[in-house]
Amino acid sequence: MKTASTFRDLDPEGPRVRVRFSGRDLMLREGGNLAAELLAAGVTPFRRTPVSGAPRAPFCMMGACFDCLVEIDGVTRQACLCEVGAGMEIAMPAAGRDGDA
Amino acid sequence: MREADLVILGAGPAGMAAARTAAEAGLSVVLLDEQPRAGGQIYRDVERAGERRAEILGADYLKGAELVSDLPHPNIRHLAGANAWQVEEGRRVAFTLDGEAELIEGRRLLIATGALERPMPIPGWTLPGVMTAGAAQILLKQSGIVCEGAVLAGSGPLLYLVAAQMCRAGTPPLALVETQTFSDRLAALRHVGGALRGWQALAKGLGLLAELRRAGVRRYTSASELAVEGGSQAQALSFAAGGRTHRIDCSTVLLHHGVVPNTQAARSIGVPHRWDEAQRAFLPERDPWGRAAGLETVFIAGDGSGIGGAGAAALAGRLAALAIACDLGRLSAGERDRAARPLQAALARELAVRPFLDRAYPPFAGALLPGDDTLVCRCEEVTAGDIRRYASIGCLGPNQTKAFGRVGMGPCQGRYCGLTVTELLADANGRSQDETGYYRIRPPLKPVTLGELAALAASQSKETVE
Ligand SMILES: Cc1cc2nc3c(=O)[nH]c(=O)nc-3n(C[C@H](O)[C@H](O)[C@H](O)COP(=O)(O)OP(=O)(O)OC[C@H]3O[C@@H](n4cnc5c(N)ncnc54)[C@H](O)[C@@H]3O)c2cc1C
Ligand code: FES
Repeated sequence: MKTASTFRDLDPEGPRVRVRFSGRDLMLREGGNLAAELLAAGVTPFRRTPVSGAPRAPFCMMGACFDCLVEIDGVTRQACLCEVGAGMEIAMPAAGRDGDA
Repeated sequence: MREADLVILGAGPAGMAAARTAAEAGLSVVLLDEQPRAGGQIYRDVERAGERRAEILGADYLKGAELVSDLPHPNIRHLAGANAWQVEEGRRVAFTLDGEAELIEGRRLLIATGALERPMPIPGWTLPGVMTAGAAQILLKQSGIVCEGAVLAGSGPLLYLVAAQMCRAGTPPLALVETQTFSDRLAALRHVGGALRGWQALAKGLGLLAELRRAGVRRYTSASELAVEGGSQAQALSFAAGGRTHRIDCSTVLLHHGVVPNTQAARSIGVPHRWDEAQRAFLPERDPWGRAAGLETVFIAGDGSGIGGAGAAALAGRLAALAIACDLGRLSAGERDRAARPLQAALARELAVRPFLDRAYPPFAGALLPGDDTLVCRCEEVTAGDIRRYASIGCLGPNQTKAFGRVGMGPCQGRYCGLTVTELLADANGRSQDETGYYRIRPPLKPVTLGELAALAASQSKETVE
């Protein structure tokens, strides 16, 4: 996991809450878009593909590509369609055909 | 089950404008959108953007604030964060809201699900650090987050807009690598008459270019052989331009070569689609009011029915709402037509610039028919070479590819490979895109958990008992 982020927050004020991503504590903006806040915190990759294990991170930010899939409190969801909540436990989705209906 | 006169899928300019017009005509409206706030792609989070962000995003973005502030109306229910995953019989929609599945039935359904950025498969486009230009813009609009040291690549007005917005935010892109050629611009001049009728759009484009020049952004045109380099993260963009190979170190590459209609919902209920060569995409067949061919109760408006931009989307939404109000007896045909006339004239003006734009900024040819090693299906990691091999052993259409591999069967359901697979098969088999066809789209449109389905079944059986 890299930490040097190329994403910068224009107005970093506002209340932050603690969440965990793969065992690491992060302070993210409360109610912010989860994918955006994780990117700004330097998180990458978000997941690995079930086919080859290739690393992936958000691509479309509009709910269409599914490359931002993460497991939040045990449920696989698109991070770009979620908002940050205090205490979220986030992990890379378990290997396997996650996200398939 | 909830009920309404009109159910609208998508709260972008088309859906919002339709909701307001229908509500004013006395219809009860339910507006569904998976996003937590109304606005659609162009006006994403316009209500929340502070002053600084608004300055960066520009006056066009702020126009959306009016549409959003028009939404509150006693006849409109906006269900934000509602992910629609199934449409049945042209009037019932299954969706998930706050983790619970629900059903809604409307006497009419308006599909206003907008556009997607055209898939741009080039080597390395699946690496972390590669995003669409629209994604970078969404980070800015929704979260006030900017990408530092990024390279923008592809073609089209949106690429200039995003580049200019990045400059205003104080993080200009390292370079703008454009794929359109001089001859594209020459060919576009044939359509300049139309463009002049839509002069505002043209003037805006010229203004953006001047802004990029002032900011000192390096521009390359007629670029080809685009590839993102890197192992587990983007590290550079390489390309050929002006007879030389170039390589720009960067950890963020933003790709864009136009937008195409998001046709998933319309396809899932069998609306026929036809290939449009100018837009190089499939468009749903509909009448001038937006009514889907062969489906009395279904309308389609906005970029989901063909790319026309936000202004055109709002006008088309209003026209569909008038036709629906007339269908349901709230307006006479005469009243409908009278109200429609100025809207139709304005729509024609909005659309006048399109032929010029389509011709001046065609999609990048190298990404329409990518090289054999390039991944086409991001979800299942199928390459262009795989698709060509399927064709060589008799595969004629996208649905048959599923017999050979899992292309198009991942969670994105072909949203980012469908058009490429059609183009590759059409090219390999020497058949037209219409003959080749597109994936058959089956529900669910988005993955649904078993828990959500179980909850839906339970709530319905409860309703029957009561
Ligand atoms: C990423 C992106 C950025 C863009 N930025 C600009 C810009 O800055 N300036 C500009 O002039 N044009 C821009 N465009 C083009 C612009 O989006 C359109 O011209 C305009 O927004 C079309 O309006 P619409 O109402 O048809 O669709 P949209 O505004 O796209 O709205 C469609 C809505 O439908 C929702 N939706 C889709 N599927 C579902 C589903 N299954 N369930 C629930 N909801 C769903 C989406 O969340 C979205 O809010 C952009 C396009 C994209 C894709
Ligand atoms: S980034 Fe594409 S679905 Fe979330």
